Parts: sequence; C-alpha cells; structure tokens
Amino acid sequence: MKEQQTPKRMLVGNYRVLDLTDEKGYLCGKTLGDLGADVIKIEQPDGDSGRRIGPFYKDIIDPNKSLFWFAFNTSKRGITLNIETTDGQEILKKLVEKADILVESFPAGYMENLGLDYKQLSKINPQLIMVSITPFGQTGPYRDYKAPDIVGQALTGILCLTGDEDRPPVWSGFPEAYSFAGIDGAIGAMAAIHYRYLNGTGQHIDISMQRSLFPTTYYALPFWTANRIIPPRQGAIRVRPQTNVIYRQHWPCKDGYVTFFFWGGRGVGERSNGAITKWVDSEGIEREFLKSMDWPNFDFDKLDQEMMDQMEKPITELFKRYTKQELYREAIKRRILLYPMATAKDTAESEQLAVRHYWAEIKHPELNTTITYPDLMFKDENAENLSQVWRRAPLIGEHNEEIYEKEMGFSKEEMNTLIGGGVI
Amino acid sequence: MQHPIYDDIKIVEFTNFGVGPRTSSYFAAYGAEVVKVESTVRPDMIRGVPPYKGPKSINNSQLYTKLNSNKYGLSLNLKNPKGVELAKRLIARWANVVIENYTPGVMARLGLDYESLRKVKPDLIMLSSCMQGQNGPAREHPGFGIQLASLSGFNYFVGWPDRPPCGVFGPYTDMIAPLYNVLALLVAIDNRRITGQGQYLDVAQYECGVSFLSPTILDYFVNGRILERKGNSSERMAPHGVYPTLGEDKYVAIAVANDQEWNDFCQAIGNPELIQNPKFATLSARVKNDGELDRIIDDWTKNKDAREVMTLLQGMGVPCGVVNNSEGMYHDPQYKHDTRFREIPHPDTGTCLADANPLKLSKAPQVEPVHAPNIGEHTEFVCREILDLSDEEFSTLAQEGAFD
Repeated sequence: MKEQQTPKRMLVGNYRVLDLTDEKGYLCGKTLGDLGADVIKIEQPDGDSGRRIGPFYKDIIDPNKSLFWFAFNTSKRGITLNIETTDGQEILKKLVEKADILVESFPAGYMENLGLDYKQLSKINPQLIMVSITPFGQTGPYRDYKAPDIVGQALTGILCLTGDEDRPPVWSGFPEAYSFAGIDGAIGAMAAIHYRYLNGTGQHIDISMQRSLFPTTYYALPFWTANRIIPPRQGAIRVRPQTNVIYRQHWPCKDGYVTFFFWGGRGVGERSNGAITKWVDSEGIEREFLKSMDWPNFDFDKLDQEMMDQMEKPITELFKRYTKQELYREAIKRRILLYPMATAKDTAESEQLAVRHYWAEIKHPELNTTITYPDLMFKDENAENLSQVWRRAPLIGEHNEEIYEKEMGFSKEEMNTLIGGGVI
Repeated sequence: MQHPIYDDIKIVEFTNFGVGPRTSSYFAAYGAEVVKVESTVRPDMIRGVPPYKGPKSINNSQLYTKLNSNKYGLSLNLKNPKGVELAKRLIARWANVVIENYTPGVMARLGLDYESLRKVKPDLIMLSSCMQGQNGPAREHPGFGIQLASLSGFNYFVGWPDRPPCGVFGPYTDMIAPLYNVLALLVAIDNRRITGQGQYLDVAQYECGVSFLSPTILDYFVNGRILERKGNSSERMAPHGVYPTLGEDKYVAIAVANDQEWNDFCQAIGNPELIQNPKFATLSARVKNDGELDRIIDDWTKNKDAREVMTLLQGMGVPCGVVNNSEGMYHDPQYKHDTRFREIPHPDTGTCLADANPLKLSKAPQVEPVHAPNIGEHTEFVCREILDLSDEEFSTLAQEGAFD
C-alpha cells in the first residue's frame, strides 16, 4: 500500500461546491471532491439522515461512525446549517455568492418554498450551477413520488428483470440507484462548467434517478419496441428470448459461484469455448457432445434445449472440483470467459486491484486508526493515479469554526447566537 | 450568441458494445461531432446482438441504434496501413478527443496508441476504458459487462437466502463505467482549456463498478463482514418488498421507512387497527415480523390493479411503485413526460429506438436525434467534408482497400 504524502488533485480549476444532499446525492459531491474541488457538506444541526444508515464502524451506532456515510462523503469538509430558518437562508445565500456549484436532493419544490431555488440563487450569483437530484425530476406525473431504492428500481423497469422466473422480482440487495444519479449530477456540473466558459452563465441541472437508472434495463425496451416481446427476468438461469433455450450463467463451484457461459461468434467466443472444452477433456470428464461442437461456426440461435443441456453437463462437473480463485486463475491463463462471483473479501484480496493501486489508506484520527478505501480510479499513461481521496468524511459540524469564523468572519458571539438558536 | 454546449468538441471513437459508445453519446447528445470508426470486416460487435427491428442485419440491432444517435459512421480498415494513416490524419487535423475501449495492446498494435497519436496531436485527450485497466495480471482477460458485474461484486448478494444468487440483470457495469469516463473527459477538457495540455485517461470498468459498493468494502475491512442475500427484506424499513397485483406477473414495490408512513399506509389500505397491532406498531417490530406483514399486504394487493395501488399509496405519502415490465416502461407517463427514449426515422426499418441523454440542462437543450449511422454511412462525407480529400485521393484510397 502506497504511503501518500500529498494526495494528487486532477482538477486544475478551483471550484467550490455547496453540497446539501442526503443519501440520494452524496456521490455527486464526493466524486467532485475526490477530483480536487472544495466541497462543503452542509447538514442540518443534528446531521444528515444518511448518517443513520449502517453498517457502522465496529458496529458502534453513532452518526459519526456510519460506514455508508464514510464511504460516500470522502473529500468533503462539513458544516451544519438549518436552512428552514431565516438566518440559515441568509447564510446560505452568502455562501452562494462565492460558490461555483450547489447540489441538493430535496423534494421538488422544497428549495422554491424557502426562496432558495435556482431562480432566486442565480440572481445572487449568475455564475452559479445548481444541480438538483430527485427520484423523478423537477416536473412530471411522478414529481412528488417518494422512492427508496426498491421503489425507484420498480418504476425504472430494472426490478422486473431481476430474480428467478419462478419467484417475484428481487431488488439489488444494496442501494445503487442513486449512485447512478450522483455521478450524472457530477457530469451535469462539469458540463455546465464547460457551458459557462463558452457562454458566461451558470444554469440548473435536473437529475432524475429514474432517467439515470434507465440504461440498466438494457434490452428490455428494445425487445418491446422491435418485437413486442416482454423479456422474462432471469437469475442464475437465463432464457434466450428468441429461441426460449434455457442456459446457465452463474454456476456453483467448490467454495462459491462463478459466472460463465458459452459465447457466440469468432475470436473471443470461439477461443473461450475451445479452451474450456480442452480443459474438460484433460480432466477426464465425460464430454463427447462438447468435443463434437464446431466452435468456429457456433451459432447460439441454432441450439436446442437438449444440445444446451449436453454442453452444460461436463461444465457443471468441472466447476464442482475447483474454488473461485482456482477457476479464475486458470481462466486467465486459458482465456476462458469465466469470472468469480466476488464477495467483498474477494475484492479486498484482488491481485489486479492491488497492482492498480486501487486502495487508499485514509486517516481517521478520531478513531485512532486508518481505514482502507477505494481510491478515485482515473489513471494516466503510467498507470499512476490522477486524483486521490484527500480526506475522510467530515464529523457533524467539524468545520463550523474553520468556515464560519475563519473564512466568513463570524464572531464568537454571533456563533453562540446561531448555535443557540438552532441555526447552526 | 449562444453556443450548443459541446460544439467545440470533436471525438473519434474506436469502440465496441456499450461502454465506449455510451461515453461518446453523452457528448453527441449535446452537439459534439463524433466520428465512429468501424469497418464491415470488424463492425461494432453490438450490431450482432438482438433484438433486431425487421430482419437480422448489420444495421438493425436496436441496442446499436439506441446508443449511437448523432454520430458519423466511418468505415476504415485498420488492418490496412492506409486506413490507419487516415485515422491519424483525422485525429491530427480535426479531433480533439479520442475514445477507445478495446483490449489493452490493440490500439498500440494498430499504431494508434497515445504515444503515437500525441506526436500528431500534442494536446490530444485520449480515453482508454477497458475491463480491468491497462496494466495488471488480468488486463487482457476477455469479458463483457455480464461477467464484470460478478467480478465487481454486484451479484453475490442479489437473490433469496434459500437458493444460489440470481445476480443483477444484464451487463450492469456497462452502465456505470461510461459515467466515470464522461466525468474524466470533462475534467481533462476543462484542464486543457486552462493549461493547453492534453491528457491520457486510463479508466478501468472494474474499478468503476467496485466504487459503487464502497460501503460493503469498508464493512469487510473494518468489521470482517460480507453482505449476504436477503431477498427483498431490509434491516431498516418494513414493509419493504414486492407484492403481487392483478394480472400475470404484475407487482408493486412498497417501502415504509418510519412510523408516519406506517400510519398513512394502514389508513390507505383501510386497516387502521393494524397501526397499533403490537407485532407491527414499531419499526423494530415490523422488521422482526416482516414475513407475516408481507403476507397481510399480499392479501390486500393481489386483487388490485398495480397502478391504482401506487396512485393511492403515493397520494398518502407512502413510497410505492408499479414494477414496470418493458411494456410498462414504454407507456410509463414519467418516461413519456421526459422523452427518455424515442422511436425516430430510420432509412431501412422505418423507425429505430433512440435513447435521450438522462441529464436535463436548463440552458442547453439536447440536439434533435438523428439515427445511428449505418455501417460506413458517412465514409464519403468524412473524407470529403472533414478531411478535404479530393475525388482522386478518395478513389485511390478506396481502391487500396482503406475503407474495406
């Protein structure tokens, strides 16, 4: 693990980001912060709701110890501010004067009710870029709908496609829908920076989780528009929509699961299919049908179910004999389209990620420890990191003094009033 | 005068399938000029993936059309040195960004790696976005988004505790990597505006995927714990699940986070006695008894229309969503309102599917979508209008096999 002195900072420009998001928008500010922007996380005085999301550091339930919060709020400083008070609104406007980007994930209309929508804030700072992240966007029939992940995945169309055919759909198991929205938010912010350079003003970016998550539905909509087919959901077993042939993609192995299937076409598919046939052969597993396949001319659509089953029998036996890592190592050597179904442990132990300097050791002085985090993944032509996580996520109000007193010039007396009055 | 947001960006892409083409589509949608380089001998492989509109043909894959609107199709035989030379000329004279997502080493073998290209275009921004990165023991290991979703960790905890994992649907990581790619490009473009310098960007799709799961990685490093399958249960919300409604394979998803929503939910379903039932009166009780709770809700939803259930519950402030299948997606009123996708004119099939970009920028509308190029559709246009080749030069190159 490398010892980083000064974290690398990819952004040359100096951009200040005011981050008023909750768990629906953290990744936007985090990624901009990891890129080198000056991101100020603004939370209500008792902390963001996201701090209540587990798991927790050593299972100690504490809003300053949520691992979810830690992971998605690196490279941000943190202040508290109650924008539902008139003082709070004034202070936010003061911060807006010198900000480049403001990102928020309140329900559509909330900021407008407080006089803090783009229309008002752009009067204060015409250069301001405001990014709003919501489940379904600022307008439309679902504008006021609430959508935790499972509900968002339902309306997007991805939930229907996930799971086994003989059971109801199943969700992604971990919240991911708003991560798509978060990165789209960061893209919107940088796109608007580009626009601002060309045209001189900021603008409002409307990010919707449903719009951002939609690409994960892949061929679902095309099958409807082209052929009026509703593709079934598929899990470990898949059905090819055109021929209804059932085949396996996730296979049990000695200590877990691997993902593999016969791939059509010349080149990559042909090589992989031939290689696994050879391996099965060398293992002494019964494989007559597999050996008889004409891989260079293999066409998936010409298979029937019986042929598929005959092809899969020896593969099932082969995978039973070896662990995930054994199968993966051989697959790399032999160029077989096989991948382990990784757990967090597999990811942590990945040789590839270690060689790529993927991990950052981030200090947590308040816990008297360092914790290993994924670093920002952009590399240069020497495979060196272009930008790095530069600090851990903030504690509640950690930078109130630094920002309010030192940077904005509030006196101790003013701070006492604001804290006492529940503004900060 | 207002400029379309990216009209100063000119991209040449050497790409396949999802990651590369989706990356450049973010720029094409907002006015960048994008030249997509393929050849009849080596077309974008997604052209071979169904569904097809009409008969199976190299131009009719709807997965291809939805990702490649507003691009010029240039057919170049890169195995022919004349083809490579033309690609280099296009980059030297016209492009300011190059995107590729081939296996590491391929571009170098073609003489189109960053070292070679920066000689003809010193301030070039070039992005390589392959599966696992340009270096490392697994760098050349072949694979696609479906396998990468497993390697990145998305699949293991999706499914039911009593059976092997289902995994997420489709080439999931193919939808994540392009987002990071676009962001990296925008930063490099902004940096170049300030410093005048180009940049090479190596963005591994695997590393992008893992970053979405950071909290689970921290849970392993700090607590030694691995996230396991739990079906549709949640530790912090109940009810949290998928419930059958009228019709075949029709469902709603419902997620109730707190006592207020629980109260409103019970009122909405006309069962206020449930609110104080000791098995469900508190969040902890609801989570503990979520199995029994789910069965009560199943009984209520199963004879009702999904959309009516959603409208009723959302109207009471309770999170609920129709589980849209592909037909449902097509008719979804919010997708319609947003024009998230369209069927647009296509010369061969009448219409084709075209995705819009997910972003909405208040001052920068997306360009009118134009169908994804048929193979080599703009070869002549690119050569004559962009590269200024004479009639003679063009026909000589054609004879020499530069265009396949």
